[in-house]
Amino acid sequence: ADKNVLDRQNMEEIEEALITADVGMDTTMKLIGRIEANAAQISGPEQLRTFLKQEMRKVFENVAQPAPVAETPHVVMVVGVNGVGKTTTIGKLAFQYRCQGAGVLIGAADTFRAAAVEQLTIWAQRADAAIVAHRENTDPAAVAFDTVEAGISRSIDRVIIDTAGRLHTKVNLMEQLKKIKRSIGKKLPGAPHEVLLVLDATTGQNALAQAKMFHEGIGVTGLILTKLDGTARGGIVVGICDAMKLPIHYIGVGEAMEDLQPFDHEAFIDALF
Amino acid sequence: MFDNLSDKLNSVFKKLKGHGKLSEKNIDEGLREVRMALLEADAHYRVVKQLIADIRARAIGQEVLESLTPAQQVIKIVNEELTALMGSEKEALNLSGAMPQAVMLVGLQGSGKTTTAGKLAVHLRKNGKKPYLVPLDVYRPAAIDQLKKLGEQLSVPVFDSSPEMDPVEIAQKARQKAPSEGCDTLVLDTAGRLHVDSELMNELSRIQKAIEPSDVLLIADAMTGQDAVNMAESFDQALDLGGIVLTKMDGDARGGAALSIKAVTGKPVKFIGVGEKTNALEEFHPDRMASRILGM
Ligand SMILES: Nc1nc2c(ncn2[C@@H]2O[C@H](COP(=O)(O)OP(=O)(O)OP(=O)(O)O)[C@@H](O)[C@H]2O)c(=O)[nH]1
Ligand SMILES: Nc1nc2c(ncn2[C@@H]2O[C@H](COP(=O)(O)OP(=O)(O)OP(=O)(O)O)[C@@H](O)[C@H]2O)c(=O)[nH]1
Ligand SMILES: [K+]
Ligand SMILES: [Mg+2]
Ligand SMILES: [Mg+2]
Repeated sequence: ADKNVLDRQNMEEIEEALITADVGMDTTMKLIGRIEANAAQISGPEQLRTFLKQEMRKVFENVAQPAPVAETPHVVMVVGVNGVGKTTTIGKLAFQYRCQGAGVLIGAADTFRAAAVEQLTIWAQRADAAIVAHRENTDPAAVAFDTVEAGISRSIDRVIIDTAGRLHTKVNLMEQLKKIKRSIGKKLPGAPHEVLLVLDATTGQNALAQAKMFHEGIGVTGLILTKLDGTARGGIVVGICDAMKLPIHYIGVGEAMEDLQPFDHEAFIDALF
Repeated sequence: MFDNLSDKLNSVFKKLKGHGKLSEKNIDEGLREVRMALLEADAHYRVVKQLIADIRARAIGQEVLESLTPAQQVIKIVNEELTALMGSEKEALNLSGAMPQAVMLVGLQGSGKTTTAGKLAVHLRKNGKKPYLVPLDVYRPAAIDQLKKLGEQLSVPVFDSSPEMDPVEIAQKARQKAPSEGCDTLVLDTAGRLHVDSELMNELSRIQKAIEPSDVLLIADAMTGQDAVNMAESFDQALDLGGIVLTKMDGDARGGAALSIKAVTGKPVKFIGVGEKTNALEEFHPDRMASRILGM
């Protein structure tokens, strides 16, 4: 193979494809570095794509395994910045669990945003799940505690806790999230079994900071990538999964209850570039 | 200004300079740092390409080559180009035309439209207007409740929509009802939608035709990545936007989306959202935005 086959134009095209998919400068440079180190085996644009896809596949295969569902209730806490799709995703998740025959109880621990409880209540009805809600502006940790307690006493299979959107830079709000998590653990040692971070596919490089700060703050176990039904490709998760070894559980592809799909990294990579 | 980038440029140029004047090649080395900073801030790939070409043309047109402080000189050009692209004059809400006037808010899902509607009601009231909040989102669960609650908190009247109604019909009825509610300015909160959803984009055009709002604002999330160009272009094509509101600027997103949106629509950023509360709306400052994008 000839190193010159990968001319400047090929590399620029690859760079543009990766950057415009929000893969980010660092990850793009890293991938280009891998191409250069393996240039001897890459003999043209087609092989270049194949090689890149293979590198990305490695990233998604090299992540942690999701926690098994062993205990009843299995408690899932859902977190993320404002407006990414947490509440909607919880509605979709509850529906999936219900379809699998599990009993589902949702905790409305977003006590801040106007009509957050009303929104979640509608989703619970749609998914045929139960809900625990307090009044607005009450302590979200108390809601979470009560939800887990109700889950235990009613022998419910799955408990999902919704939380208010918060920017990862707001220290007091991140502290509040830790408190919610602690109060869940106080009621049920070992819970929450999963902490899912919701990321919006339209988000650019800031998603990396979000993932880092939420992970440092409360220990994220997995990701959900929403709004992939638009033209944004969500490339930021390549760098996030590479750096943090977190699995992506689901993708959101619309606003309806059925619009949640398991993450398929082959399909994702194919759509990426 | 731009300390971070200055340091980087200084070290690049110091390494290269040695023998007197900088060459074009030296400038390109420096511009690579600028390009990197812009891409890391989420400015769109093509927008950055054009910007760098413009900056380069000025930089090698004597402005930098001969300079004793080339890094400062490059920074100055970068700053001027960014600020010029972002728009140098402040632009207020357009509230011209027949009473009652209307401001229409549009954008992708979750960008902050409903929250911004509340904030704008506060802003309008401060400026002697009598706002009327109008919920046109008949799709998202509890979207109407959300705006009603905000109105209640703010003591601003909210039109009593229900999810069974058609958004165009709601808007028309609200306009008829505004005077009897003592209101002179409608704030239309539309449902979030994808720019590729032609049916819902069409709905926006129908609302616009029926109401002829004096201003149509695209509510865009400051964290938006490369897709900002596609999104903004589509909304502008469908509606001929009057301006932009950049939300969630209270976080640490560098906000390169502002550059992308400005480059494809040419429309001014009129406000920024800096928090979840109803008073968290500020004027836009292009120069501050330029330094933020460059991460200084
Ligand atoms: N197109 C599309 N829209 C989505 C998707 N997921 C959520 N949305 C929409 O995004 C908007 C925000 O969703 P929410 O579920 O309210 O987001 P959230 O994270 O709970 O928001 P906060 O609680 O305010 O932080 C709503 O209009 C949803 O319908 C998705 O996968 N695709
Ligand atoms: N931190 C911060 N949060 C904001 C800002 N503007 C809006 N939000 C939050 O972003 C989330 C979404 O805001 P909404 O106003 O519901 O967004 P929307 O565009 O109406 O959403 P849809 O109607 O579902 O499309 C909420 O949690 C808001 O509190 C802002 O400037 N800063
Ligand atoms: K968003
Ligand atoms: Mg929510
Ligand atoms: Mg809304």
